[in-house]
Amino acid sequence: MSEKKKKSFEQDITGDGINSIKKVVETHNAASEGAIKYVLIGICVVFLFVMLVLPLAVVAVNALKEGWAAYREAVFDEYTIKAFKLTLIAMVTATVVNTIFGIFASYLLSKFYFRGRELLASLIDIPLSISPVIAGLVFILTFGNIGWMGDFLKSHDIKIVFAVPGVILATIFVTFPFVFREIFPVMNAQGKEEEEAASLMGAGGFTIFRRITFPHMKWALLYGVILCAARAMGEFGAVSVISGHLRGKTNTLPLHVEILYNEFNTTAAFAVSSILVLLALLILAARNIVEWKAETKQRQT
Amino acid sequence: MGQQIVKVKNKKGIRVIPGFGLSMGVTLSMLSILVLIPLVSIFISAGKLDFQEFAEAVTSKQVVSGYIVSISCAFFAAFVNAVFGVILAWVLVRYDFPGRRLMDGLIELPFALPTAVAGISLTYLYSDEGWIGALFAKAGIKIAYTRTGITIAMIFVGIPFVVRAVQPVLKRLDRQYEEAAQMLGAGRIYTFFRVTLPELFPALFGGFGLAFARGIGEYGSVVFIAGNIPNETQIAPLLIMTKLEQYKYSDATAIALVLLLLSFLLMLVINSVQIYMQRFSKE
Amino acid sequence: MYVEMRHINKTFDGFQASDDVNFGIERGQLAALLGPSGSGKTTILRMIAGLDKPDSGDILINETRVNDLPGSKRGIGFVFQNYALFRYMTVEENIAFGLKVQKKSRQEITSRVEELLELISMKDLGRRYPHQLSGGQRQRVAFARALAPSPKLLLLDEPFAAIDAKVRRELRTWLKDMIDRVKITSIFVTHDQEEAMEVAGTIILTNQGRIEQIGTPEEICKNPKTEFVADFIDVKLGTGHF
Repeated sequence: MSEKKKKSFEQDITGDGINSIKKVVETHNAASEGAIKYVLIGICVVFLFVMLVLPLAVVAVNALKEGWAAYREAVFDEYTIKAFKLTLIAMVTATVVNTIFGIFASYLLSKFYFRGRELLASLIDIPLSISPVIAGLVFILTFGNIGWMGDFLKSHDIKIVFAVPGVILATIFVTFPFVFREIFPVMNAQGKEEEEAASLMGAGGFTIFRRITFPHMKWALLYGVILCAARAMGEFGAVSVISGHLRGKTNTLPLHVEILYNEFNTTAAFAVSSILVLLALLILAARNIVEWKAETKQRQT
Repeated sequence: MGQQIVKVKNKKGIRVIPGFGLSMGVTLSMLSILVLIPLVSIFISAGKLDFQEFAEAVTSKQVVSGYIVSISCAFFAAFVNAVFGVILAWVLVRYDFPGRRLMDGLIELPFALPTAVAGISLTYLYSDEGWIGALFAKAGIKIAYTRTGITIAMIFVGIPFVVRAVQPVLKRLDRQYEEAAQMLGAGRIYTFFRVTLPELFPALFGGFGLAFARGIGEYGSVVFIAGNIPNETQIAPLLIMTKLEQYKYSDATAIALVLLLLSFLLMLVINSVQIYMQRFSKE
Repeated sequence: MYVEMRHINKTFDGFQASDDVNFGIERGQLAALLGPSGSGKTTILRMIAGLDKPDSGDILINETRVNDLPGSKRGIGFVFQNYALFRYMTVEENIAFGLKVQKKSRQEITSRVEELLELISMKDLGRRYPHQLSGGQRQRVAFARALAPSPKLLLLDEPFAAIDAKVRRELRTWLKDMIDRVKITSIFVTHDQEEAMEVAGTIILTNQGRIEQIGTPEEICKNPKTEFVADFIDVKLGTGHF
């Protein structure tokens, strides 16, 4: 280093910067810090209130606008109950199927190394980035009259499109990756040493899964199941395309809401909606309980 | 299950965990039957169209306007969600206040609430007689049945994506970066934009992309508030629906194919940017 | 005294991190805060830097009470344990950060950055990003970044913890040379007494939030005041010196 530069460093330490600085008024005081905090919290409260809470309030107010009797009539209407049953069937089937898939797929992708692993993972995610309307369309193009399996199905008298199986298939498609996406990161982070150790000690596949893999991912699994059920319950676009809107036959609750709304029967539409809102809130509550339980469990261990 | 023990040499040595064959079999067959084969149908159907038919279907004025409405509204909605998503994530991670857990729990509401329900209730809220719509109607601003309304519905469905992408990253972020900037004399706002935000950017971008993709494809929550005025507020997914109702399957296929390729392209861009950004976090 | 702590107390969630801490360091000294993990040494460093506030007691820098002065106004350079280099900025941008914040002229910034790059012998690496550097190089950049705004006091939190054992010794010598050359009052935190003995002129031994002993390495070795000091030095020497 040159003599001049060395000097510049020495000057730095001999100057008494601190004494001149002490008179500076403190700007970063606690008050401004607190103000920022409350402004930001305020923004969030207003945003969530307008975007999330008000729509729920709209449902509640409009559902009860014509009194309890009208509300009960809409909720216990024959078609509403039928739609509710179909929604439940589609929701349960989709959740079971996707849970089975999610467990096998994440076991495969987290415990084994093979070529094409990344490709497989991104194929599983496809339904997430596809418009639900397209998800419905692909089944019409497969199983419908013009679909390449249409003739085969017709000759065997199997109805998929505009029938219950189509509704279920579309629901499965739209919610396909949900369970997988929740449990895969957890299983992947856990690694595979424990399974390898167990296997070397002679444990069989099912024992390994039940005793070692499963305990690690059970909370994530529950969480994924809840999310999957929520989405399956509310799926609209895909089901709308494939159901044909046959009232009492292929109508799910969300489709029933649409029909009532388009018939200008808004009180009934909101009354049926309120069932779905309640279910959604229940699911959210369950989700939060699961998360909270998982957190406290983690803290204990 | 003993026979399923597959011992194949690979990069990491010998496969000792059982269940490879079974889980590979189940995964591939379920994926193929439930997702891939139906998806291929759209390409088979599109392959049957001759090019002129295809070009005419996707370049008609109504369809082009549909794409533009879907993409522009979804982009704007994703942008709004990016801004509010970062603020929400920040508040939820960095501050403690009564009701924080409730706020955290509410974030996923758009995910759990059926889109059709959200759709009709947003329409009611923002129509000229609605609680919020009426306020704006006095000022002569229409929200429902305009592109503003579409954007609001898309903001609604996109809220969880950015928050849930940014939140865990912010939680894990080492406070040392911010302290280092602070020690060097940077103010809170400068530190946030120059130091914290770049750290959050990959996650933020991913969340933005997901919200954007979701907005483009969204149907249920948008269709009611859109009002479906041709060339004005018709979204692309609705056009597919309309064509299907008119039994114009080839038109529907063509529109869907373009939309599909668009979302694949979007995913590709997001993934590439995230892979590029990962280079900086190498230790 | 250049830096002085007077009757400092600090608790975190019921844990007493500092228990009536008193010490002073003369201008130009290189001091080590030495102690086992959890002994409160990092807390002391962070309080001097203004990153944590003491519950009671006074912190003085150059005869001025700085308790209410934000860290950035105390004239302090801080080297973080994992360096906390901004990974989306180049080496040059990292070093320039503190100067830019002070709204220095571009010319001034460029010449200061160049000067510092030369000081740490990384003239050709200014355009690199942190992930393209070795651990030792990162430490040097963190050192240069802390020095850029010409602080009067340099604080280093476990500066060698993130470094390979092999190059650690080499870096110690380098850092000691650098501090001697720049002639800046410095305090560093370490749990490794060998490191403290080798680098520091003064050692402040901490245990359970209290100061056990202050002195030169020789004083502490020859004349340990408490049993803890004797044990800590002895045990560590026994394992550390072969």
